[in-house]
Amino acid sequence: MTTEFSTSEIDLVETKENYECVYEKPDTLTDIRFHYCPGCGHGTAHRVLMEVISELGIQEQTIGVAPVGCSVFAYQYMNIDMQEAAHGRASAVATGIKRVLPDKYVFSYQGDGDLAAIGTGETIHTINRGENILILFINNAIYGMTGGQMSPTSLANQVTSTSPYGRDVSFCGNPLKITDLIAHIPGAYYVSRHAVNTAGNVRKLKKAIKLSFEYQKLKKGTCFIEVVSNCPSGWKLSPRDSMQWIEENLFPIYPLGDIKVPTTNI
Amino acid sequence: MAQKKLGREIKLMKGNEALAESAIRAGMHAYFGYPITPQSEILEYLTEQIPSRHGLVLQAESEVAAINMIYGAAGAGARVMTSSSSPGISLMQEGLSYIAAAELPCVVVNVSRGGPGLGTIQPSQGDYFQATKGGGHGDYHLIVLAPASVQEMSDFIFDGFRLAEKYRNPVMILSDGALGQMMEKVELQEEWSLPYTENPWATTGKPASRERNIITSLHIEVELMQEINHRLLAKYEQMKEVEVRFEEYMTNDAEILLSGFGLCARICQKAVDLARAKGIKAGLLRPITLFPFPKKQFAQLGKQVKVILDVEMNAGQMIEDVRLAVNGTCPVEFLGRMGGVIPSPEEVLAKVEAMAESLFTVESGG
Repeated sequence: MTTEFSTSEIDLVETKENYECVYEKPDTLTDIRFHYCPGCGHGTAHRVLMEVISELGIQEQTIGVAPVGCSVFAYQYMNIDMQEAAHGRASAVATGIKRVLPDKYVFSYQGDGDLAAIGTGETIHTINRGENILILFINNAIYGMTGGQMSPTSLANQVTSTSPYGRDVSFCGNPLKITDLIAHIPGAYYVSRHAVNTAGNVRKLKKAIKLSFEYQKLKKGTCFIEVVSNCPSGWKLSPRDSMQWIEENLFPIYPLGDIKVPTTNI
Repeated sequence: MAQKKLGREIKLMKGNEALAESAIRAGMHAYFGYPITPQSEILEYLTEQIPSRHGLVLQAESEVAAINMIYGAAGAGARVMTSSSSPGISLMQEGLSYIAAAELPCVVVNVSRGGPGLGTIQPSQGDYFQATKGGGHGDYHLIVLAPASVQEMSDFIFDGFRLAEKYRNPVMILSDGALGQMMEKVELQEEWSLPYTENPWATTGKPASRERNIITSLHIEVELMQEINHRLLAKYEQMKEVEVRFEEYMTNDAEILLSGFGLCARICQKAVDLARAKGIKAGLLRPITLFPFPKKQFAQLGKQVKVILDVEMNAGQMIEDVRLAVNGTCPVEFLGRMGGVIPSPEEVLAKVEAMAESLFTVESGG
């Protein structure tokens, strides 16, 4: 950390009292600094999720499950009771929690490798049982934590460290649109795809998460929210270019919007 | 819980069913499992009984999912159990490593069958290594109880939950297909006779009055990981000090010591009677806890007897622990049957007689 940066931080603290606080970190986030790379969408997704939990006043009733992947340390940042699951097993762990604590709120937070590759079986069967949980699925089309390998949602011809000549779909298969797949399952109550690349999209995501906790309270079934996100480090792009890459390349394959919504109002 | 509390009862039951009934009586909150022969009666009995009694039973989509549901529910402070048979227990090994690392209590029943691979559905003790040496990755141990009767299939559920909760460690009941399938008289324990423990570490939702609870096995900093390894080791050392259980049969003047666990211990006990009737001073040491192993008892008897005959339904697994325990003070011979074949008491007797003969020949020759 540079001296310059520290000084500006002190300035901020000194001047804080003269201002009205209009926006701050929710009490549901700890003071531990995120380890995420600059520009990564995980930080925003964490924050939005925890803002909702704070605003709904359900911090004391919520238990989260962290996956294996870049968000493996989610439990360090989220100021609620949490469990860290084995790779791919977050929704099974969430099932175990929810079944013995049916009146608590339970969510799993999982990436595309965790949820759509190694944990596909658990994902589908958790939803098929209609477990009353929220599955928050962060899809950045790459394995971030292990250093940028091809994931099940990587795009055709996408260059990764294990598809150095681009993803050959005739050899490795096409990007798996797991969200569209699971929307067909009766146990899925609310399925929606979002992003955190613009302020508008962040607001829409927040609304969707809030809705999903309301449905959970009513024990309606599984709520599944995909967040199409970025991985500047894995994609070898600057944060700004990665935002553009999301729009140009991911949105055409993973279009935003509701995929399955309840037919009756709550 | 409006129902009347069930008192002690004597019944004729299958091992698997006695175990399942005892799990309900022991106040199990939740069971997660997947069908596999020869233990499916446990899941069937629970799905039949639980709706009109208490607790929860959920059929998972795989043993992998089941053990992770156990992780989640145990982490939420519930008294939980799963069961399977050898191939399914192999699938649970990753989860068991995480559960042991995260220090969560649970009972896992292995009604084992012959292997490797898909093997056979007939009884085997081929999972001894897997059960007692950890089984999954990393440095850890399960507490392992080996029943030898339907009565113990029932009783060890209570012991299993008690030990699991005392040490916050997974307990395995290592049974086999014969014990699971056979019917015997069993005295069932009183319902609700096992008190619940306080679980202040459980993830039940964070009240303002405490820091958040985290269930994890991830410790990136090497010093911290090593510290946790030491903490786990200290726990295992304490188990070795106070939780060792074994049974001795006619060992006082024994010259030939039989060793066997589970079903083999029963067969050996019969063989001891047959040998004694022929004037051979045979005895039996039966480990009840396979981890912690009754090392001291083997070491003591190793100095007293002339030879040990270890009998197992596998290629020779516990024999390694017996040999380590006696540390060369006496020879340890082996009689093993595999593939679901159960040795008969007469077969064991024949081997004991041959050993007695050769001892006598050596003595008179010397």
